Amino acid sequence: MNNAHPNTRGKDRISTRPFWVMVQKEAADHARSWRFIILLGIVVLTCLGSLYTSLSNFTEALGKNDAENDFFFLNLFTLSDGTLPSFFVFVSFLGPLLGISLGFDAINSEQSKGTLSRIMAQPVPRDYVLNAKFMAGLIVVSIMFFTLSFLVIGTGLIVLGIPPTAEEFLRITIYTVLSIIYVSFWLNLSIFFSVRFRQPATAALAGIAVWLFFTVFYPLIVNLVLKGIEPSDFASPRAVYLYQKLKFALVQVMPGELFSEITSTLLMPSVRSIGPLTMEQLHGTIPGPLPPGQSLLLVWPQLTGLIALTLLCFALSYLSFMRREIRSR
Amino acid sequence: MEKIIELSGLTKRYGTHIVVNHLDMSVGKGEIFGLLGPNGAGKSTTILMMMGLTEPDAGTVRVCGLDPVRRPIQVKRKVGYLPEDVGFYEDMTGMENLVYTARLNEIHADEAARRAGGLLENVGLREVKHKKTGKYSRGMRQRLGLADVLIKHPEVIILDEPTLGIDPAGVKEFLELIVKLSREDGITVLFSSHQLHQVQQVCDRVGIFVDGRLLAQGDIGSLAAQLFPDTHMTRKIGLDEIYYRYFQGGDDHE
Repeated sequence: MNNAHPNTRGKDRISTRPFWVMVQKEAADHARSWRFIILLGIVVLTCLGSLYTSLSNFTEALGKNDAENDFFFLNLFTLSDGTLPSFFVFVSFLGPLLGISLGFDAINSEQSKGTLSRIMAQPVPRDYVLNAKFMAGLIVVSIMFFTLSFLVIGTGLIVLGIPPTAEEFLRITIYTVLSIIYVSFWLNLSIFFSVRFRQPATAALAGIAVWLFFTVFYPLIVNLVLKGIEPSDFASPRAVYLYQKLKFALVQVMPGELFSEITSTLLMPSVRSIGPLTMEQLHGTIPGPLPPGQSLLLVWPQLTGLIALTLLCFALSYLSFMRREIRSR
Repeated sequence: MEKIIELSGLTKRYGTHIVVNHLDMSVGKGEIFGLLGPNGAGKSTTILMMMGLTEPDAGTVRVCGLDPVRRPIQVKRKVGYLPEDVGFYEDMTGMENLVYTARLNEIHADEAARRAGGLLENVGLREVKHKKTGKYSRGMRQRLGLADVLIKHPEVIILDEPTLGIDPAGVKEFLELIVKLSREDGITVLFSSHQLHQVQQVCDRVGIFVDGRLLAQGDIGSLAAQLFPDTHMTRKIGLDEIYYRYFQGGDDHE
């Protein structure tokens, strides 16, 4: 061994190369893990199921003569015959599961296996660990979702024999990107729990608890609250309007609700508004689809909210990880 | 002698409990320094502060002239740290684990593989280098840990209880390896242990650490003079005598 130090050149320079080495390792770990294979199986199977129901109902949907007919390709993602939920409902249901399961043991398992203190003794900034875990999850989820979306398009193409229009393709791509953002919110949340809780099981449970709270209990609570303050039939329009506004605002903290508003607006161009509208606002509108830019603009607040929630989880993980003492085991 | 590690007035508290209490210590270049003390004396905490893995409440640390609180990355480029009970990625082989560490140190993959191969040979893990580390015994893991520390060609290595869980023959081999490395490559070694025989065997200088304070530091002869100034040096005081006197023979059975 010689005593040369090729790695000490550039005193304060911090390279990003170790970061990508870490990302590569984490992504490979994900791809090889049983957990991911099982999740992939679940997602692929459910998507195949919903694709089948939407395809078998397609002729019916084509027969209807409405605005959505212009975008029949998007029906692949939204159509359902009632036996199985449609593709986008499945994704919004399985997304949290995917995110939570990819992140819940990110930091705490490294700690309990004794590898964290070894990695932290290497010349890499501490946040590389968090960022690499997140980035690896993001890459894996992105590949998976884009593959799924494009497979759905491909299947539609073969079965229907009609290619999607450029606008439909654009909408599907945007939808896929937004699903990835949605999953990355849950991924970040579970990474935060993995920093916070030493036991992976606790972290997983905490993630699932948040998910259940927002899908089951929070709507219940909101309903209870709203029932108490529901205006009577003879209330002034203003009171009714405010009530509707409040009703709308209360559900906006649910990540799932934000996501379903985003997806339904993007995949159904005929959706022109979310939230309450007055009769005056509706007066004189011609029912018709929105261009993709306008659809995106409509859900811009929801999208911002979702990204903000994601960043909040990230910030919390940083806060509790960056100055923590790293002991072995 | 050039000082590689310098601690002055170093203090660390957990709540009201003072773990490290106004510690002043220094380690010179190229020496093997033993940090000897019973469990819970604050040895590991002191080491964590040297690595920038925890922040001191008061006092300063200088490692290779750098402050690990402000510039942890630069410190970690020069210092190899073997944590107590080191862990590896169990679904990767010993070789893969080493190459991964090397690549985190920005060593190119080919060079990393070359160094890893050489080091695995040196620490006697050549036969098992393509086995998953999940199947390694405790002693093998510890030796892989030493290789892991050395792969970045450090100036200083800090070993926290490195011999824990290795059988006596293995310990002897391990210690000889450390001495060899230190002498051949001029690596400064800081070695913490609660087993005085090991410390006595390999260390140039020893610091005796009890309840967060350094009772004495120096070579074994001067330690006796520091701790028992009234004793006439007519008979040679062994380190074990010092040790038992201060630790009441508490931890030596481990």
